[in-house]
Amino acid sequence: MTTPFYVSPQQAMADRAEYARKGIARGRSVVVLQYADGVLFVAENPSRALHKVSEIYDRIAFAAVGKYNEFENLRIGGVRYADLRGYTYDRTDVTARGLANVYAQTLGTIFSSAGEKPYEVELIVAEVGETPEDDQIYRLPHDGSIVHEHGSVAIGGNADQIGSHMSRRHEDAMTLGAALRLAVESLTRDGNGGERQLTADQLEVAVLDRTRPQRRKFQRIVGRPLARLLEGGTTAAAEEEDEAADAAGAGGPGDTGSGTGEAPGTSGED
Amino acid sequence: MAANSHDQGRLPAAFLTPGSSSFLDFLSDHAPERLPSGRGLPPVKGPVEAPHGTTIVAATYSGGPDGSGGVVVAGDRRATMGNLIAQRDIEKVFPADDYSAVGIAGTAGLAVELVKLFQLELEHFEKVEGAVLSLEGKANRLSAMIRGNLGMAMQGLAVIPLLAGWDTDQEKGRIFSYDVTGGRSEEYGFAAVGSGSLFARGALKKLHREDLTGQQAVTAVIQALYDAADEDSATGGPDVSRRIYPIVTVITEDGFRKLSEAEVAQSARAVLDGRLELPNGPQAPVL
Repeated sequence: MTTPFYVSPQQAMADRAEYARKGIARGRSVVVLQYADGVLFVAENPSRALHKVSEIYDRIAFAAVGKYNEFENLRIGGVRYADLRGYTYDRTDVTARGLANVYAQTLGTIFSSAGEKPYEVELIVAEVGETPEDDQIYRLPHDGSIVHEHGSVAIGGNADQIGSHMSRRHEDAMTLGAALRLAVESLTRDGNGGERQLTADQLEVAVLDRTRPQRRKFQRIVGRPLARLLEGGTTAAAEEEDEAADAAGAGGPGDTGSGTGEAPGTSGED
Repeated sequence: MAANSHDQGRLPAAFLTPGSSSFLDFLSDHAPERLPSGRGLPPVKGPVEAPHGTTIVAATYSGGPDGSGGVVVAGDRRATMGNLIAQRDIEKVFPADDYSAVGIAGTAGLAVELVKLFQLELEHFEKVEGAVLSLEGKANRLSAMIRGNLGMAMQGLAVIPLLAGWDTDQEKGRIFSYDVTGGRSEEYGFAAVGSGSLFARGALKKLHREDLTGQQAVTAVIQALYDAADEDSATGGPDVSRRIYPIVTVITEDGFRKLSEAEVAQSARAVLDGRLELPNGPQAPVL
């Protein structure tokens, strides 16, 4: 029989955190930022079927980086949590704060339980309010802590550099087009200070749009509307037009990214 | 126990277990007592007195501009309890998701809960899978839910829905009707359920043509509801003095739309004006 080596609790936790951080840093980043009409999610993600950004509930969306199977599991858990809560009480009783708390408890318990491998994920839970002041963005690192973020936030590989670049340039009440272009410009920074090019089909873009008439405020932006926003309407009027076209282009259950026939990469779906 | 503690700590294991994309399946595993079918009804003597919803009608059309079509679902606003009017302004037609609507007749309390669960079932699948259920799939899920209510139905608390939606594959409006055991059958052209359905169906039989425009289809279903209210005491007609008009919804390739009160009022008033001339409504040729 062998005697296990003594490992101090500090060392054990540091090792686990190191393990999780390394896993997360390998992935590409996701940025979340507020704009005038809601919250914008931009992920670098060449896949049209495996999403990093998803709808949880009427006003709540979820973004994640790290290991797909782990955050997908948490996403489905979150959808079940939100739907059960809304069914038991009322739809207005489902809040991002409640969901973030549950995620934090779950991640925290897994992180500190010796029997389980820590999740290599970092999450963002965001809720769009009636006014920009009511918007909420929570960042949930792998260890179960919660950070309430304002303005803009980045997670994933190279998050520090992307986040600081973005937060220096982010302004309140940006238009959707301006916010999207800032997000993409930030995502193109790589670790060595160089820049890469990102095209529309390497991006996963979604918004929680408070001006959307439907109860469910989550909407993916794909295809032509996305390309137009990326090109950048130079005048405010052109931008208005773009946004109107988005709303028309992806109405209905196109929310889920399935009903939008315009997406250039849809042939690869499923 | 697990169900009650779910919002206090971490997500229970059931939430993180990979598996079904169905909210109903999840609920019956995790918190079966919250399902309508999870509650037994104590034995009661005689019928249970509870508000009942009455007449729902639906009709497809395909004569819109450049051949566009859709399906119209409408319901009256009355709920009755025995010989009493329990509610004058109940709503019995609901969007099930962006491309379908469900109208309900039968025990109002159970029916509203059933619709809530059905809406959630569709939304849950859509969010988890990232894809929308086919219209057939939706119809089958509703069938299973009605079957779950069979115990209640045997005690007089039946719920009978009518499902109508836009089939995005076949690109046309379709209607499904149900019986109390959950049997579903597709209806072609038009359908009606509820106490006044016999009269409504008779009226639609004479009024409905597949080449109606959307506006004409709306008028036709309002005529049918008027005829149902004319013959059936449990169905309410347009109430001009209280400004209570039928709920009318239209589903086209652009999705679900509930007509505003002003739009319905205009059509309903046109029908009422016509009835001042011809109390029995428009007349079809004999041959």
